[in-house]
Amino acid sequence: MTDRVLAKAREALGADAVGQDPQGRPRVSPESTDGVARAMALAHNEGWTVRIEGRGTWCPPDAPADLVVTTTALDRVNTVAPSDLVATIQAGAAIGAVQRRLSAERVWLAWDSPGRPQRSLGSIVATGTAGPLRHRYGPVRDHLLGCTFVSGDGRIVRPGGTVVKNVAGYDLTKLMAGGFGAFGVITELNLRLRAAPELDRTLLARGGRDALSSAGRDLAEAAIDAVALELLSPAMAADAEWVLALRLAGSADGVRAETERVKQVATLAWSAPSPDQANAIWHGAAHAALAGNVTIRLGVLLPGIDDTLDLLADHLDLGLVAAGAGSGSIRWTGDVPPERLMTVRRIAAGREIPLTLERAPWAYRRTAGHFGLYREGVGTIVARLRDTFDPGHVVQAPLDADG
Amino acid sequence: MGHESRIASLESGLAEIVGTRWVRLRPSELAAFRADGLPTHESTPGIVVIPGSREEVIEVVRFLAKAGVPFVARGAGTGLASGGLAEAGQVLLVLTRLNKILKIDTAARRAVVQPGVVNAKLSEATAPHGLYYAPDPSSQSACTLGGNVAENAGGPHCLKYGVTTNHVVALEVILASGETIRLGSPQGEPWGPDLVGLFVGSEGMFGIALEITVRLEPLPKDVRTLLAGFPTVRGATEAVSSIIASGVVPAALEMMDGPCVQAVEASIYAAGYPTDAAAVLLVELDGRPDAVAAEEAVVSERLLRHGAMQVRSAATPEERARLWQGRKKAFGAMGRLTRDVIVQDAVVPRSVLPDVLDRIMDLGREHQVMVVNVFHAGDGNLHPNICYDRSDEALVKRVKHVSRAIMEVCVAAGGSITGEHGVGADKVEYMTMLFDDATLGAMCDVRRVFDPDGRANPGKVIPVHSCREWRAGGIE
Repeated sequence: MTDRVLAKAREALGADAVGQDPQGRPRVSPESTDGVARAMALAHNEGWTVRIEGRGTWCPPDAPADLVVTTTALDRVNTVAPSDLVATIQAGAAIGAVQRRLSAERVWLAWDSPGRPQRSLGSIVATGTAGPLRHRYGPVRDHLLGCTFVSGDGRIVRPGGTVVKNVAGYDLTKLMAGGFGAFGVITELNLRLRAAPELDRTLLARGGRDALSSAGRDLAEAAIDAVALELLSPAMAADAEWVLALRLAGSADGVRAETERVKQVATLAWSAPSPDQANAIWHGAAHAALAGNVTIRLGVLLPGIDDTLDLLADHLDLGLVAAGAGSGSIRWTGDVPPERLMTVRRIAAGREIPLTLERAPWAYRRTAGHFGLYREGVGTIVARLRDTFDPGHVVQAPLDADG
Repeated sequence: MGHESRIASLESGLAEIVGTRWVRLRPSELAAFRADGLPTHESTPGIVVIPGSREEVIEVVRFLAKAGVPFVARGAGTGLASGGLAEAGQVLLVLTRLNKILKIDTAARRAVVQPGVVNAKLSEATAPHGLYYAPDPSSQSACTLGGNVAENAGGPHCLKYGVTTNHVVALEVILASGETIRLGSPQGEPWGPDLVGLFVGSEGMFGIALEITVRLEPLPKDVRTLLAGFPTVRGATEAVSSIIASGVVPAALEMMDGPCVQAVEASIYAAGYPTDAAAVLLVELDGRPDAVAAEEAVVSERLLRHGAMQVRSAATPEERARLWQGRKKAFGAMGRLTRDVIVQDAVVPRSVLPDVLDRIMDLGREHQVMVVNVFHAGDGNLHPNICYDRSDEALVKRVKHVSRAIMEVCVAAGGSITGEHGVGADKVEYMTMLFDDATLGAMCDVRRVFDPDGRANPGKVIPVHSCREWRAGGIE
């Protein structure tokens, strides 16, 4: 089978784009959307299963498949328009490299997703993994103006556009944000940028979980103008205690004034690390999300943060946890059997809290599913959408729990 | 029997559900529903039904599903793309009686509303709690939140706070089949793929929102509204780009050209705009007092640098309200200029605003059509308003030509045919300017996922030929 897949893939894409992954599976790395479309159409026509792979730094690239389609060769920054605050970038580009390129133009993409700087934009979008900056800038989907994706049967679809406001046609781009690749391969993204802030300052407070969580709520209720407000467990912050990390960004005068207000609203022992130290804290927390085999996120309203942390403490642990103290979303990383995770998911669902499996080894994802539980009627819609975009069911994307 | 001939036979069944008072079949009654805010399209529905509760909507939709009759959901009828018009063989389902705010959760900053709640009423209700609902279409004193969801409505303050899709976190929806589903969660984290994001902006073609959960924002502590008059339109548009490039994100950044200013100032909405200006910018900054003061200094400097004749800051809340009333009622004030006004809607990249506006004004002059501009300059969302008289057939032809030409100019500049009004029936023919056959076909497919029979708001958004070709076995 492998030789036949390799031969057919070479025929369709050229020998340079075809190789094998470390396990010997045929892997294609197209340099264009058309190339991805040829690969997906081939797999669809041949009835091969496909693993969609970014740079392999978030979800383990371990799904069994007849063909691996990787976006690593789709790493070009096509356009950056600083005056319009938009950019078009291929999905395989690494977030770290993209931010460096944007910074030269005095703009930035307001993403600080968990994982390494090598992580691809496509991976961030497909898994919908927003970081602490979601507090101000919203979920991943709010940064997308449009995209190009290739469906499971090789169709090229280009919803949205490149302007910051646009309601022409159905918003299929939203389907790709957090769709875990089930509806196709993202090849290009049209992104909303922000002007680089004049001043970017982080404030840290250390202490007990409850006290910091309560302070986080006070700050949120006082509408402190923070871009991130995150409660980090000691392991997540690489600290002996829990840490409340707050980030302010904007005009220098505004940030200084807001710093004073933070200290008035929450009378904690705040420290202001240097920019390098602040980067180390935020990047460290992003990287720490890889320190276990499994990462989940729970959607929690602000008043429910403490109870949900208790739930995690009772059934999992509070090792690697980051809670959006203002935005109400919790990310947990660790090692837990899928059965126990599914128990937690059921308990959370009883409290109307969605739990999404963001990353785990293939067998685990297959058992637990990225979503696992749907609200009434949603499962049918999702199944029909999958049938629409991947009629041959070639893409290995386990949205649902096994069985 | 076709839909058209069957419509009248639905009267008794619908009346059983909602009561005879809320079913309209007489020609004089139907005439009230034959248009929305766009004067170029009219269509009289076969029958109008106005349910009074969530349960009645569900019963009506299930009744229509059983009868196999198409329907169009409609809010206040303020739409500007003819999206809420129904034909003779269709039922118009008016949702304005579902106008209850079901819940305001101040701690979580969420509100749950019925689809017929008027946009501005929600912010009025939440203001005592220090909260408001950010999307503010110019028609916010009349338009409904259900309509806002269908169109993914925007408004002046969406520059900083985002459009409807950024504020809707959960929906209860009834599909055309009569099945109810719950999408999203109050937290904003979906139970599965982002179907809320997919539903918002689907223009009533995926189903009807029965219950809408939205995010509320804290009222800003300080608000400053600046008014700047410019001797040239180009100077004003260049100031817009300069402000955005400075890193300041105003809450709103609006522009009106000279003819618009003069129309407003001659109306009951006179706001004190400088009538000798070729263009006026209205810039609103909000947030903490210190931050707002710092931003005001930056913005004022940029405005003056690009040739503002004067920059005035509203001194009192009353003055601020008057400045905004002039802007929001500008479309109404244009009624003084001609009998009919088409409020056009398109988007371009901010950096090309000066050139695109020049081209649009050239088009007006070339074809002897009056074009007046009032728009959301900060996000490049143009509203070139075409003033005309529909009784002048030759002029109507030229207006249609200019409308299309404006869309072509905006698309060629890298923009879109609509930023907030939607496609509706009005812009279906322009969709092929933006999207290729495969993308339109994919949109048709997604519509079929939600509504396999195509009975919810048929004929809107996607050109019919795109769906036919797609269904016929793919596009090569």
